Amino acid sequence: MGEYVLEMNNITKVFPGVKALDGVTLKVRPGSVHALMGENGAGKSTLMKCLFGIYHEDGGEIIFDGKKRTINTSKEALDLGISMIHQELHPIRFRPVMENIWLGRFPMRGIAVNKKAMIKQTKELFKEVDLDIDPEVLAGTLSASNLQLVEIAKAVSYNSKIIIMDEPTSSLTDNETEHLFKIIRQLQSKGCAIIYISHKMEEILKISDEVTIMRDGQYVGTWPAKELTTDLIINRMVGRDMTNRFPPKTYTPGTEVVLKVDDICSPLPKSFQHVSFDLHKGEILGIGGLVGAQRTEMVEALFGLREIVSGKVEKDGKPFLIKSVRDAKAHGLALLTEERRASGVFGILSIEDNTVIAAQKDFARNGVLQEGKRYKAAKESNESMRTKTPSMEELMQNLSGGNQQKVLIARWLLTHPDILILDEPTRGIDVGAKYEIYTIMHDLIKEGKSIIMISSEMPELLGMADRVMVMCEGRVTGILSREEADSVQVMRLATAFMK
Amino acid sequence: MQGEKTIPRKKYALIFIVVGALLAILGVAFNFILDATKTFDMPWFILGIGAIALIYGVVQITRGERLHPEVSFSAKTAKSFLTNNAIMLALLVLVVVICFIEPRFMQIRVLLDILTQSSTRMIIALGICFTLLIAGTDLSAGRMVGLAAVISTSMLQTATYANRFYPDLPELWVGIPIVAAIIACMLFGTLNGFLVAKYDMHPFIATLAVQVMIYGACSLYFDMPPNNSQPIGGVRPDFAAIGQTKIGGQFSILIPIAIVFTIAIWFVLNKTVFGKNVYAIGGNREAAVVSGVNVFKTIMGIFILASFLYGVGGVLEAARTAGATNNYGNGYELDAIAACVVGGVSLNGGIGTVGGIISGVLIFTVIQYGLQFIGISPMWQQVIKGVIIAIAVAIDMSKYRRK
Repeated sequence: MGEYVLEMNNITKVFPGVKALDGVTLKVRPGSVHALMGENGAGKSTLMKCLFGIYHEDGGEIIFDGKKRTINTSKEALDLGISMIHQELHPIRFRPVMENIWLGRFPMRGIAVNKKAMIKQTKELFKEVDLDIDPEVLAGTLSASNLQLVEIAKAVSYNSKIIIMDEPTSSLTDNETEHLFKIIRQLQSKGCAIIYISHKMEEILKISDEVTIMRDGQYVGTWPAKELTTDLIINRMVGRDMTNRFPPKTYTPGTEVVLKVDDICSPLPKSFQHVSFDLHKGEILGIGGLVGAQRTEMVEALFGLREIVSGKVEKDGKPFLIKSVRDAKAHGLALLTEERRASGVFGILSIEDNTVIAAQKDFARNGVLQEGKRYKAAKESNESMRTKTPSMEELMQNLSGGNQQKVLIARWLLTHPDILILDEPTRGIDVGAKYEIYTIMHDLIKEGKSIIMISSEMPELLGMADRVMVMCEGRVTGILSREEADSVQVMRLATAFMK
Repeated sequence: MQGEKTIPRKKYALIFIVVGALLAILGVAFNFILDATKTFDMPWFILGIGAIALIYGVVQITRGERLHPEVSFSAKTAKSFLTNNAIMLALLVLVVVICFIEPRFMQIRVLLDILTQSSTRMIIALGICFTLLIAGTDLSAGRMVGLAAVISTSMLQTATYANRFYPDLPELWVGIPIVAAIIACMLFGTLNGFLVAKYDMHPFIATLAVQVMIYGACSLYFDMPPNNSQPIGGVRPDFAAIGQTKIGGQFSILIPIAIVFTIAIWFVLNKTVFGKNVYAIGGNREAAVVSGVNVFKTIMGIFILASFLYGVGGVLEAARTAGATNNYGNGYELDAIAACVVGGVSLNGGIGTVGGIISGVLIFTVIQYGLQFIGISPMWQQVIKGVIIAIAVAIDMSKYRRK
C-alpha cells in the first residue's frame, strides 16, 4: 500500500445542465480522519456517492488500496471495504435493529436465517462500539440519535478500510458526539480511515487530521487540520467572485412593514422557536442557514401548512390567524415550496391546469369552469413569466425545471398575492434560467410585491436579498442589512449554536 | 428525429374529413349494392365509422388554435399512439375477427344489445372512476347496487302480489322509493367519504368496512317479516318500465339514460372546479394542499357522488330484472374497476377519461357478448377476460414507467 488508502483524482460528474463535480481530488491516508468541507451544494455528497457506487463519475480515476477501481454499485463498494453512513437514515422501522444491521448478509443455517447467531453477532458488535441496545427491539422505536449510533455500528460491522460519515452528528447530543469520537479513535487505531463530512467547525478541528475543502463542485485544497482555524475554513469555503450572476438592482426597498411576525413557535421543540421578523414592502428578505435550520418549516407554518402554538402574525397592521392554506391565500400570501416535484407541480396535468389550480374559483361560475377566461388567464400569466412551452396543453412533466418554476410563479400570480415566499427558488435550475428567475423577482418587487426568499446558496442570498435573516436550529440568530451581510458573517450566524 | 414527417394540422384534419365523407358515401352506396342477407347491417356501420372520422376532423379544425399547429409522424408518435390506444385497437381487432367468424354479428340489433347490457355497468363504472382518480378505490359499489335494488323494489310491488314486503303499503308515486333508495346509498357514501377524508384511511379499507356494513344492513332489511329473506317479486309495471321499455321495439330506454349520465359525468370531470380538483388531488395530493384545494370537501364529494351513481345503477338493475335479493350487485365493483383500468384509468391516480371508461366497459361487454355469439364456453370467456385485464394494465404501466 502506498501513502494513501484512497485517491480520487480529477473526478468530474455532470448532471443535465449542471457540472456537479469539476476535477475534484481527494486523497485519504490510512488510519486518518479526513474532513470534507464545503457549503450546501458544493458537491461533497455527490463526490461520496461516486465513491460509494450510487453515481458513476464521468471523468477521473478512483484508486483504492493501490489499484484503479470502477465502482458500479454500493454492494461493490462494501465488498471492497468502503462503507457509508448516510445523512438521512432510512431504517426499516418495523423490523428489529439486528435485521437492519445484517440485511443482505444474514447468518444462515441451511435455508433458514440463524436468529441466535444474529443476536450473538449483534451483541458482540454493540459491545465493540460500547452501545447498549437490545438487538431485537424494533428499529422504529429507537431515538434519532440511537439510530444514528446503530448506523455507525453497522458501518463498523463491515470491517471496512474506509468509512464515510455524512453529517454523523446532526442528531447527536454532545455526550453522544463524544461517544462517536471514541469509536472513531478506536477505528483509527485499527487502521481504518474515516471521511468525515460536517458543518460543525469545532468538531472538525477537534477530530480530523486533514481537511479538504470544496466550493461549487471544485477542489479548493487540502490542509492539515492543525494549520486551520474556523475563519480560515469559512473564507476558503465561500471565497469567490460574484460578478454578473445577478441582474442589477434598480429599485429601492420600502420601509413600510407588510408582514410582522412576532415570536412564533412550533409545537415541536426541535422545530422553529421564537421567530420574529418584519417584512418591508418592496423588499427581498433572504433567509439563510444550513440544511435543518427549520427555515422551510417556519415559512410553511406562515402559510398554514404547519401548526403555530404561540406568537402573533400581522399583515398590514392587522393581526391574522392562519389555519389553512386557504386563509393564507385569502390574505395575499403565496408559497413556492422547496420540493418542486413533491409539492409543487402536477406532472401529469397540463400547463393550463397547473397554472390556474390555486385560483380556480376566479375562473368559474357556480363551480362550472369558464374555459375562455381560464385559458386566457393561464396564457397571459405564463407569457408574463416567459415560460417556454409549445402550448398550454403540454404536460407539466415535459418542461425543464426552470420552466416549471416559472409556471409555479405564474400560478401564484393569479391569486394576486402581495407577499411571495420562495423556498429555494433556483434549486436544480441551470444558470441561464436562474438569471431569468432573478429578473422576475425584481419585476415583482417593482410591482409593489414583497418577497421572502429562503436560499442555501450563499451567492444567491447575498446577491439577491435586501436584508438577510439567518436561522440556526430553529432560531433566528441575526438579521443583517445588505451592507453588513457577507459570507463570513452569515456562516458564523448559521453555525451559531453548533459546537 | 429520423423519419419524422410533419404536416400542418389543417391538412391532417382535412384528411379525416375527406376519408370520413368517402366512407359515409360508401356506406350509403353499399346499402343499395350489397346483399343484406350476407353482409347484414355492415353498410350502416361503415357509415357510422365515416361519420366519426368526419366529426374528428371538424373538431381538429375548430380546436386548432389550442393545439400544436403541426402534426408530426414518426416511430415515436406511432409507438405512443399504439400504447395510448392499445385497448381500442384490441377491441377493433376482436370485433373484426368475430365478424369474420360469424357475419351475423354485423347487425344493428347486436350493437343495441351490447349498448343495453353496458348501460348500468357504465353508470357504476362512472361512479367508481372518481375514487380511482384519487388513487383510491371503492369496494362498496356492488353492495350499494344491491341495497338500492332491495329498497326500491320493496316499496314498488303490485297491490295484488301475494308476498308483499309491506302488505299494507298504499301505491306510492314511483319516484319516492327510487329517491329513498338513492338516499340510502348516499348516506353510506357519506360514511365512506368521512372515513377517508377525516381519518385519512385508505379507501380500500374504509370502503371494505362500509361494504360489510351495507351487506349486513341490507340483509337485515331483507329479512324483516313478513318477507323473511324471500326474493322480492311482483314489481309494479310502471317501475319495471324504467328498465325494460324498448323504444321502437329494439332501442332500450337504458341506453339514453346511460348516455345522459355519461355526458353529465364528463361535464363534471372536465368543466367544473370539482372535476379539476379531483384530477389535482389524484395527480399530486401534496401540491393540491399547497395550492389551497379543499381536499376534505372534494373527497367527501367524490364518495357521495359515486354512491349516488351506484344507487341509480341499482334502481335500474332492479327495474330491468323486475326483482331483487340482498345478493344483487355482488362483485359489480370488481367488474367496474376492471373496466376503468382497462379503459386507461390509472390506479396511481390522476389519469383517466370518460372516453376511456366507455371503451373499457364496452370491451368487456363485447368480449362477453361476442364470445358467446361465436359459441365459446363461459369458462374460456373468464380466462380471456383475465388475460385482457393483465395485458391492459401491463401496457398502462409501461406508459408511465420512466427510466
